[in-house]
Amino acid sequence: MEHRIIDQQLDSLRDKVLLLGGKAETAVLRAMQALITRDSKLAEQVLEEDKIINQIELEIDRMSVEIIALYQPAAHDLRLVIAVAKITPVLERLADHAGNIAEAVLVINTEPELRQFPEMTTMSDMAAEMLRNALDAFIAEDAEASRKIIKQDRIIDSNYKKVFSDLIGMIINDPATTTSAAQLLFVAKHLERIGDYVKDLCELTVYLAEASIIKHSPRG
Amino acid sequence: MSKISVSNLDFYYGKAQALHGISLELPANQVIAFIGPSGCGKSTFLRTLNRMNDTIPNTRVEGEVLIDGKDINEANTDVVALRRKVGMVFQKSNPFPKSIFDNVAYGIQINGIHKDKADLTARVEKALTDAALWNEVKDRLNTSAFGLSGGQQQRLCIARALAVQPEVILMDEPASALDPMATQKIEELVVELKRQYTIIIVTHNMQQAARVSDKTAFFMLGKLVEYNPTDKMFTNPNEKLTEDYITGRFG
Repeated sequence: MEHRIIDQQLDSLRDKVLLLGGKAETAVLRAMQALITRDSKLAEQVLEEDKIINQIELEIDRMSVEIIALYQPAAHDLRLVIAVAKITPVLERLADHAGNIAEAVLVINTEPELRQFPEMTTMSDMAAEMLRNALDAFIAEDAEASRKIIKQDRIIDSNYKKVFSDLIGMIINDPATTTSAAQLLFVAKHLERIGDYVKDLCELTVYLAEASIIKHSPRG
Repeated sequence: MSKISVSNLDFYYGKAQALHGISLELPANQVIAFIGPSGCGKSTFLRTLNRMNDTIPNTRVEGEVLIDGKDINEANTDVVALRRKVGMVFQKSNPFPKSIFDNVAYGIQINGIHKDKADLTARVEKALTDAALWNEVKDRLNTSAFGLSGGQQQRLCIARALAVQPEVILMDEPASALDPMATQKIEELVVELKRQYTIIIVTHNMQQAARVSDKTAFFMLGKLVEYNPTDKMFTNPNEKLTEDYITGRFG
């Protein structure tokens, strides 16, 4: 098979998405690590890194526009550029949620420590694993794996409900915990949203691989 | 019913078979693009639709080409009437060495379509208007057609084809020799003309096929590889060969 000039551009685009995805994954892991270990420095590092993530997003946008304008991609090439153009803001927003968790950590760390919430750890472990697998599936253009990952989001959602009711109960029983508990509620909500964004990423991989749009479809 | 219905069409240049079992339905009032690498048979196939291949010695056609349900390869077919009904525009504009007016009037006159001189003038004006050329030439109708730009000459040839009231227009790379502005005018014209005509366009320009056509047929080595709505062909073709061709992996 001939090597085309556009292949080099598309490879660079894939590499950049992987870089962005890797940064987003690291941001989620570090933000949660900062929460668990009450490490405000690590939380600040997450916020600092967000600027780099934003730069990568702009770079991918520029590359996508350039490929469309200069190479007029069609068929699979076109689907790749479109998928990347839609995945990029998803990853950037996902990283923003990690940043929001880091901000919550900075507040929580000024308050007395609350008990651990294992469901929250399950949520963050699951979100990070889903993201890692979703990025692998994107590169492999594996629609089947993507569909499986989408289903895992239910686990995050059910843990979110448990954490939510536990934290509300904690606030009712001990109003002194309100500041930390409210921040933890935000953290749980951010993790739940991260799971949703991974789902979006997986849906776009299915589009890339099969040209079928499963977004908004009840069966996925 | 399709405007043109082709089934099991084989075509031979001497002993060399150029088309192999082509079957497809070409609907009325649509633009259908034929794409494929050089030598794939797309122009040969285009010319089977108005029997232009008859002019090439030692050629043979087998199979069926129905236009409005009538087999055009039957012995009693009036080929002149067929070519009036199925007009053709070529890659290189080929105006006659006559005035702009006479170029368009010629087909009307030899076919005896007009009633009188006023009717002839009206038909020439309509054809030039439909070919989006009237405003550019109305003040110099009696000057030589060779004084027009390449893009204008090509639209003049389209006007000439329209003047004899065809139903189908075959275009063999009509814009390949034109600059982007002239190409855009031809493409706009193609889209406009499909309201009244069925248009079949052969093009090497993938983006042109994508822009102007409703359906696209991809040919290779004399065979029809895939025929689908154009948006399907350019976003998710059924065949790997089609994908490889339209994304420039070969051809």
